[in-house]
Amino acid sequence: MTAMQKLLQLPVNAVNMVKTVQSQVQGQEEDKSPVLTPDSGQQAWYSALQPDELRHLRSGGTGGGGGGGGDQEERAPLEEGGGGGGFQTQPLRHDDLKEMLDSNKDSLKLEAMKRIVAMIARGKNASDLFPAVVKNVACKNIEVKKLVYVYLVRYAEEQQDLALLSISTFQRGLKDPNQLIRASALRVLSSIRVTIIVPIMMLAIKEAASDMSPYVRKTAAHAIPKLYSLDPEQKDQLIEVIEKLLADKTTLVAGSVVMAFEEVCPERIDLIHKNYRKLCNLLIDVEEWGQVVIINMLTRYARTQFLNPNINESLLEEGGSGDKTFYGSDEDEDEDEEEKEKKAEAAAMAKRKPYVMDPDHRLLLRNTKPLLQSRNAAVVMAVAQLYFHLAPKAEVGVIAKALVRLLRSHSEVQYVVLQNVATMSIKRRGMFEPYLKSFYIRSTDPTQIKVLKLEVLTNLANETNISTILREFQTYIKSMDKDFVAATIQAIGRCATNISEVRDTCLNGLVQLLSNRDELVVAESVVVIKKLLQMQPEKHSDIIKHMAKLTDNIQVPMARASILWLIGEYCEHVPKIAPDVLRKMAKSFTNEEDIVKLQIINLAAKLYLTNSKQTKLLTQYVLNLAKYDQNYDIRDRARFIRQLIVPTEKSGALSKYAKKLFLALKPAPILESPFKDRDHFQLGSLSHLLNAKAGGYQELPDWPEAAPDPSVRNVEVKESVPEWTKCSSREKRKEKKVEKPFYTDSEGESGPTESADSESDSASGSESSSGSEESGSGSESEESKEASESEEEEEEEEEEQKKKKKKDLKKPVQESESEQSSEEEERKHQRKSKPRKSESESESDEDEESESESSQSESEDSESEAEVKKKKKVQTRTAEPKPPPKPLKKESKKEKKEMSLLDLDDFEPAPSPQVTPVNTFLSNSLVTDLEGLSLSDSVLSPATIAPSSTLKSYELLHRITGEGLSVEYCFSRQPFSPDANMVAVQMQFTNNASSDTKNLHIEDVKLQSGMRVKEFPEIELLPAGETATAVMGIDFCDSTQAANFQLCTHTRKFFVSIQPPVGELMRPVFLTENEFKKEQGQLMGMNEITEKLTLDVKCRNEHAIVQRVTTAANLSRVPCGSDKECRFAGRTVTSGSLVLVTVATKEEGAAQLTVNCEKMVIGTMLVKDILQALTQ
Amino acid sequence: MIHSLFLINHLGDIFLEKHWKSVISRSVCDYFFEAREKAVDPENVPPVLQTPHHYLISIYRGKLFFLSVIQTEVPPLFVIEFLHRVADTFQDYFGGCSESVISDNVVIVYELLEEMLDNGFPLATESNVLKEMIRPPNILRSVVNTLTGTTVSAEIQGVIEACVKLSGMPDLTMSFMNPRLLDDVSFHPCVRFRRWESERILSFIPPDGNFTLMTYHISSQNLVAIPVYVKQSISFFEAGSCGRLDITIGPKQTMGKTVEDLKVTVHMPKAVLNANLTASQGNYTYDFTTKLLVWDIGKLNPQKLPNLRGSLSMQTGVPNPEENPSLNIDLKIQQLAISGLKVSRLDMYGETYKPFKGVKYVTKAGKFQVRT
Repeated sequence: MTAMQKLLQLPVNAVNMVKTVQSQVQGQEEDKSPVLTPDSGQQAWYSALQPDELRHLRSGGTGGGGGGGGDQEERAPLEEGGGGGGFQTQPLRHDDLKEMLDSNKDSLKLEAMKRIVAMIARGKNASDLFPAVVKNVACKNIEVKKLVYVYLVRYAEEQQDLALLSISTFQRGLKDPNQLIRASALRVLSSIRVTIIVPIMMLAIKEAASDMSPYVRKTAAHAIPKLYSLDPEQKDQLIEVIEKLLADKTTLVAGSVVMAFEEVCPERIDLIHKNYRKLCNLLIDVEEWGQVVIINMLTRYARTQFLNPNINESLLEEGGSGDKTFYGSDEDEDEDEEEKEKKAEAAAMAKRKPYVMDPDHRLLLRNTKPLLQSRNAAVVMAVAQLYFHLAPKAEVGVIAKALVRLLRSHSEVQYVVLQNVATMSIKRRGMFEPYLKSFYIRSTDPTQIKVLKLEVLTNLANETNISTILREFQTYIKSMDKDFVAATIQAIGRCATNISEVRDTCLNGLVQLLSNRDELVVAESVVVIKKLLQMQPEKHSDIIKHMAKLTDNIQVPMARASILWLIGEYCEHVPKIAPDVLRKMAKSFTNEEDIVKLQIINLAAKLYLTNSKQTKLLTQYVLNLAKYDQNYDIRDRARFIRQLIVPTEKSGALSKYAKKLFLALKPAPILESPFKDRDHFQLGSLSHLLNAKAGGYQELPDWPEAAPDPSVRNVEVKESVPEWTKCSSREKRKEKKVEKPFYTDSEGESGPTESADSESDSASGSESSSGSEESGSGSESEESKEASESEEEEEEEEEEQKKKKKKDLKKPVQESESEQSSEEEERKHQRKSKPRKSESESESDEDEESESESSQSESEDSESEAEVKKKKKVQTRTAEPKPPPKPLKKESKKEKKEMSLLDLDDFEPAPSPQVTPVNTFLSNSLVTDLEGLSLSDSVLSPATIAPSSTLKSYELLHRITGEGLSVEYCFSRQPFSPDANMVAVQMQFTNNASSDTKNLHIEDVKLQSGMRVKEFPEIELLPAGETATAVMGIDFCDSTQAANFQLCTHTRKFFVSIQPPVGELMRPVFLTENEFKKEQGQLMGMNEITEKLTLDVKCRNEHAIVQRVTTAANLSRVPCGSDKECRFAGRTVTSGSLVLVTVATKEEGAAQLTVNCEKMVIGTMLVKDILQALTQ
Repeated sequence: MIHSLFLINHLGDIFLEKHWKSVISRSVCDYFFEAREKAVDPENVPPVLQTPHHYLISIYRGKLFFLSVIQTEVPPLFVIEFLHRVADTFQDYFGGCSESVISDNVVIVYELLEEMLDNGFPLATESNVLKEMIRPPNILRSVVNTLTGTTVSAEIQGVIEACVKLSGMPDLTMSFMNPRLLDDVSFHPCVRFRRWESERILSFIPPDGNFTLMTYHISSQNLVAIPVYVKQSISFFEAGSCGRLDITIGPKQTMGKTVEDLKVTVHMPKAVLNANLTASQGNYTYDFTTKLLVWDIGKLNPQKLPNLRGSLSMQTGVPNPEENPSLNIDLKIQQLAISGLKVSRLDMYGETYKPFKGVKYVTKAGKFQVRT
């Protein structure tokens, strides 16, 4: 023991010295602390220290804080047993820590906490410090707080009463404006395992589950299993929370809530139905660990809900391949369109086969496949097992490459992967055959890996590759790793049994090994040869003789036992040698191992039965020896055999059958893989690896005979939905809310069909659309600016739009990437627009077609199909083809626009005067637009207010998130003087905090291109409790895209966004009745949208209508002769396009709303908004 | 999921424990120690062990065992991958993953573990996220405004490691001259899968700092010749209990580049007591306890091929080893990716500044073994 260690046995001294050194480092202030005052004795100690020891102490005291402290902890208890000193100092030292914790210096507290945490880390008991530590739970210092939490989580369970002291702090934390604090409060609260607070936890979880921060919701999901393990009685309530969180559409929450689901209620598979498609679609963006959990759960789910894709192998060969080419299109995006169409046809053909894969099943396979490329081995394995358990045979092969990749990872990963590959390679040998060489063994592999690779190689062996494999095995036999050699010999034996062609070769090879110098090799060979010989013993009596000779040399019990068994069994083949062997064995009997003894007895019995003349005495002798053996098993055996073979008066009828019993023909052992049939466990699971059911393992169900009702996964409650409707995503819910009123009654059928349709495609669609977007232009900047979430949504929504459009076009639209084809498309469109009637008749065909379309790469098309829809209804069918918007592709866009305008000219009487790229942005932003609308829905509350006097204000920054600063904004509807093309946004800042806020300004404005922002002048000072207003201007480019920016104070930055309802994108214009009519006449056809509606009961008079319309949109009233009509007019702020609104009332609240606007998207959205305003 | 974690050094001391649920006594590790005794090498300890009440899943990294205790069903790879992630994080934070390093930073280690798992379920495992919450002990990292792709190709596999120090939200696309070479790839989660599928372009918004962007495998059709050749003869004589060894290494296909850091490692049979050799270049060492012969050559000089020859003294009375040991060769070639993979361009979108770009190709021997 060094001097240093001795020193450290005296913790008081050491601690004080650490502090002394530290105080020198940290400065004079700390010297004054009473704790630090070193007594003189220690001072002497200290001065006696060598410089390097000093350094050590210092590192303990400062930088490595806990480290040094921990060292002391570790050593002190070692001494406790021996020296009394250590025991005495223990409480003292803790007093020291307590004092530090009680001090009012954060640095001391931190230091103390660090040391305590170091104690915990080393597994030392620090529970007596609980009261001192728990006091600091409210400590302001975040570092201290964190460590106190660590301590609490560790010891609260042991000190429940005291732990309660901390609860109120967490409860306060749960209300904190900072989401991170809320989350961490919930985390600790749910981690401290104190039964008495279960109700508090329950409440906290419930609240957090509806928190606005996804991070807090995630924490809530994590807390669920904690509470469940603490009190399983809460299950029902927790399931409710799980159900709620399962509906959450953020990727952050998805993984955690599924994990909670798996731990609390994995049997409630019904909760998944409604979220199935959403989970499939979110999967790729969920964090890695969540992906694993979700994929494993969905594997189980799919096994209960879909049919076995391999149910009919022969049909599958065709159907499967058809499927493959069909969906293969995901991978080969660059294939030309025609080919795809062909494939789509093939798919349609395949469809007619008896087995049809549920589109949801396909969705799962398709959405998990890219994850085979994940860097995370667990994710790759999860997908691999999913494919193994769920995919049609023809498609399982894709996982082989990924699994082989994992073999280059850490040896532990290899170990697990090889176990799974071993199981898979039994069922699907062909899958891994191309990768045979990847399973070759390196001499540096750990033995367990080698053995597993051998297993796989053996499973892969067949007539064609066996010679290669055997050659490889030959090299292995020379290895220095004897366990591995033994395994190789076993493997050779298995190859020999499985492949009869090489049996003799193998046997010869093994016999050669019998002369190997290494006994282990010989022994293993003997065992394997024994098994092989059992197959054709008569052919190989010479081998048996050869082996009989080996008994002199081989000492390995198992091998000796094997030889003896062999000789006994085939004693007729070696009549001369057998008795001699028995003689030798009888001599050495007492020195043999138990298993050898048993075989000697066996041999004796068999010889006695066949050759009693020569062996009677020997047998007697052996049995006598065995009778007095120490092992009861051997004694029993001897007794049993004696009774059986030596006929006496007492011996019963059995002895007559002794010969039959002992010399019955024994079936040759089947050498089979230990991995056979392991696949009844879900691959990749712990249970599979151990080949035993682990606690909490959920059985992988068998495929159902008949598929359960697939419609349970439909998010909308609709009957008679065609195939593709089944595929949906989280967008569904939104639709339900937003789009339903949009597609009113008469379209009840087609509405949901389309929306579902579009979504079914969202997976492949988002891919293709992003592909074309990105390939088309070099400017992904916009895209990257988007949060991935919204990006995805947008894509999906876009997809939706496209699909709808497609429906209308009826014929699959050809590639529209090139301008020519887009032209073509328009012509088609025009053609189509005339014979509309036929369309409804062929509705049923459409479904199928839409399916085939889905595989094609999406063609871009015009903005609002919704509009087209409307047209259909109103029967005003002057189809004006709109140019296909190319998201994020301005230049080509413009060209296209012109092209289409040319077309337009000879068709449409009044082309829109403003051809600006603005339109395209509008179309792009449809998602956001719709979101905007849903926002404005809430805005247009029934309480009607005079438009210009009272303005609806929106919250920009909540008091809590803004840490005291709250900001509201409203669209003031005043012209924005610096720039008339901007919408004026009036912001009201309120400082609710206790301190002043300074330098309020805007930074880091992120906009869709074309949009502009005029910032408000910086507010230099906003005193506590005060309110200030400012006006900023935003040019939304006539779109409802949000303007995102950071609101900065002198201390903080807040990400905020302003998204205008469509009604705020216009300013009122004054028109006379004649002008109105004239303008309206020019805005017919596609530019006119008409909707029938029933007015809200409170809104049946002219005044109410005017009020509601003007609240919804910034329009001015146009004088009108008829009292049955109200007219409004406005112009969009940016482009100045006219917006005309007419509300014609009829009997009993029936009314008709007409909107004329050359901007179709604006028109569509405006119709929706006004409808909402008038009907609610 | 993960119930507890124990860190165990090569002597079998538990020097750190962390529990995410109720405390599990460290006596549970005894089952592990038992298995550890049985296994000759630490690498041979089964990663998954079953005990009456728990399952133990462990990894061996840097002479340490990371042993996790599991109570219920969980995919073993999930745990293994996570434990490696923990080790990677330590490596990243402290520049090493040894017992001393961990003990010196025990508080940070504890905080990291606290953040990385919640109730045994991974919470934050991305190093850039963790660094926002817990500051690394010292920031001595060279701050370079660069993205460097190190293409390390060993026979047929490689990785692209990136070091990105770009502000804002840069959206990068990297394209290759010859992406067809790539047979199998796996990506960092930031890479957009779809884009790769359709265009063979790596499109991503990088996290800050060092990370592995992609690992790849070159299809076997494109197997590039091995850069060096080895002529060796190792023989053991029955009489006189000695042996001879003669190894020469020469360049084969190096595309005019220099082979560096050349090193030959031979695991000698047990019977070899000592080696009396002369190296024409570099140094050799023979450790008679581990039976490891290491010949550190350094740069390969094509004019004068390095050679190592001499005699081996053998234990008398022991039969000669029947198998000759295999040679493990390490080497490095700068500025060459033996796979032929080349980065064609790297573009940045989304930010306006001009980044510094650089790419470094390195060829390293992976597990280059010469069977004799």
